[in-house]
Amino acid sequence: MAEPSALSIRDLAVQFRNEQGVIRALDGVSFDLRAGQTLGIVGESGCGKSVTARSILRLIDRPGRITGGQILLDPAGPQAIDLTALDPDSRQMQQVRGGRIGLIFQEPMTALSVHYTVGNQIIEAIRQHRDLSKADAKAQAIALLGEVGIPHPQRRIDAYPFELSGGLRQRVGIAMALAGNPDIVIADEPTTALDVTTQAQILGLLQRLQREKGIALMLITHDMGVIAEMADEVAVMYLGRIVETAPVERLFAAPRHPYTRALLRAVPSILATPRQRLSTIGGAVPHPGLRPTGCSFHPRCTEMLGERCRREIPASVPLGVSGGASCFLPGASE
Amino acid sequence: MLVYLLRRIGLAVITCVFISILTFIIIRLPPGDFVDAYIASLAASGSTVSLEQADAMRRDYGLDQPLPMQYLRWVGRVLEGDFGVSMVWRRPVAEVIGDRLWLTMLVSLAALFLTWAIALPIGIYSAVRQYSIADYIFTTLGFIGLAVPNFLLALILMYVGFRYLGLNVGGLFSTEYVQASWSWGRAWDLAKHLPLPAAVLALAGTAQLIRIMRANLLDELRKPYVVTARAKGLSEARAILKYPVRAALNPFASSIAYLFPYLVSGSIIVSLVLGLPTVGPLLLQALVAQDMFLAGAIVLLLGIMTVIGTLISDLLLTWIDPRIRLGGR
Ligand SMILES: Nc1ncnc2c1ncn2[C@@H]1O[C@H](COP(=O)(O)OP(=O)(O)OP(=O)(O)O)[C@@H](O)[C@H]1O
Ligand SMILES: [Mg+2]
Repeated sequence: MAEPSALSIRDLAVQFRNEQGVIRALDGVSFDLRAGQTLGIVGESGCGKSVTARSILRLIDRPGRITGGQILLDPAGPQAIDLTALDPDSRQMQQVRGGRIGLIFQEPMTALSVHYTVGNQIIEAIRQHRDLSKADAKAQAIALLGEVGIPHPQRRIDAYPFELSGGLRQRVGIAMALAGNPDIVIADEPTTALDVTTQAQILGLLQRLQREKGIALMLITHDMGVIAEMADEVAVMYLGRIVETAPVERLFAAPRHPYTRALLRAVPSILATPRQRLSTIGGAVPHPGLRPTGCSFHPRCTEMLGERCRREIPASVPLGVSGGASCFLPGASE
Repeated sequence: MLVYLLRRIGLAVITCVFISILTFIIIRLPPGDFVDAYIASLAASGSTVSLEQADAMRRDYGLDQPLPMQYLRWVGRVLEGDFGVSMVWRRPVAEVIGDRLWLTMLVSLAALFLTWAIALPIGIYSAVRQYSIADYIFTTLGFIGLAVPNFLLALILMYVGFRYLGLNVGGLFSTEYVQASWSWGRAWDLAKHLPLPAAVLALAGTAQLIRIMRANLLDELRKPYVVTARAKGLSEARAILKYPVRAALNPFASSIAYLFPYLVSGSIIVSLVLGLPTVGPLLLQALVAQDMFLAGAIVLLLGIMTVIGTLISDLLLTWIDPRIRLGGR
């Protein structure tokens, strides 16, 4: 289990500043993405999953800004790079994007430009990171399309994205993310926009590619079922913080944070009796601008310990293979 | 694609037929006809025309026949390139219009290209650097540009150009070239005179197009495919120019269709002020004198030019946007 970390996030803080005030979208996020492993990131809408993904690639748009922390690429190696120290428009950052870290998107419909053929967009990504002639790059692109399971890749390479189905388009998205041979891939809810059968196919494809290429995959989702199937390790996010990390079996067997327990209870089970009421988490995610004091989950927590949870912020989750929870409950941080 | 093309061309032809009918009707709308106007102008100078003389004139010009016949005769001759005789100038219409039609097109096209050349980079800059100081300056200038009437700007520019810069102002040719036949010297002279009227005509359209380009690009910049492009490792400039700018380019193609008639009609007042030998002032004179054949020819030609402009803009759109090109596939 103790693979070296390919990407280490430490105390990452991201703020959006506008007329209404400052939104602390990320507030001290730390986790390790281990080489060749899949890290699942779960959390409700708005908890900062996409902001985490984008800040790793330094693609946060104004008025967002990284205000603290580190994003370390190859932290164990001799040439560790802190991505937060790079200029987002620098050469080095451009080489990291696509070349070291690939990104797969949620919306296969809008993530590809309708103005260029699939081939044009993939070949561009290949040539951005490898010194290949046009013809070689095209051959590579066809091979890549075949690899992600697109039938008749020689023909499909000249198709426009709007001529493909959602599933095929997401396969193109995956091919594009892999075009620069990255060793880290971030998939931001890659199957949310797809129907269930296609979802399963895409997840299967991701899993196969991840194993074959030894990719470190950071899989963002709000679907616990996807986590159970895909992840080696899990990080649970709530309001811009990681509240629990754990190896996947442990998370499902013995969740340590009350929020994780609530999330797991909210998963509808096919074993449930018909018309059984779905369990929900009480209350709604507060706006990140109105963060509760103390532990930010306390207003919705069913296991609250009292004043302490309202006043003090629990220590962040311990880094390490067995993980832990950011909570005052006894035994949470072991 | 071929079907689309044929349908567009078919529609263009039908539109031209309607334009010709409308042209004919509009010209016949004012009470009385050319002969009445002629009699009136003679009466103003003291002489009179007898009823028989007037009837003879009406027969001469075919004005005594039913309207559909007059229309068909007119269209038939137009198709042969014979636009009839201008009743005021007493010369063939084709000869009266002469170079003016091409000069009008030239001035309008120059204005259109100037509009693009200014609006495209400024629009892109304003969107990419939204709310920067330069964006605010361009926005302010743009609103001023929209608000200032063309002819006023023409007067100001003429004054400044003549008084302080010693530029060639007024007309499209220097005096020695006005009557000359075409030569390199005359073309160069024309090129020197072109910037001022083109700039005056381009002003409002430019301001408008900058606003459109900025708004469109701001929309496009928010779309996920821009993040995709940047996540590939493309440089900021390349990612923006290749993807969102391309998508925001549609209004530029459409601008041919909607700016063209505006440029042509807008050029009437500006042409009068600047003394340009374009069809604008000629059309005005012809309408005032109810010079039916001349006015009809000009209105018809301008209408057809606009239809052709629309056709070109449609074709450009299919080139820019593959969804239109492959719509039937
Ligand atoms: N451009 C922005 N301007 C202001 N605030 C923003 C912006 N982008 C994100 N945020 C803030 O960051 C928070 C986290 O957003 P993020 O997109 O990361 O959520 P998410 O976890 O990916 O949710 P989802 O599951 O819906 O994708 C949001 O609640 C929002 O308040
Ligand atoms: Mg998201």
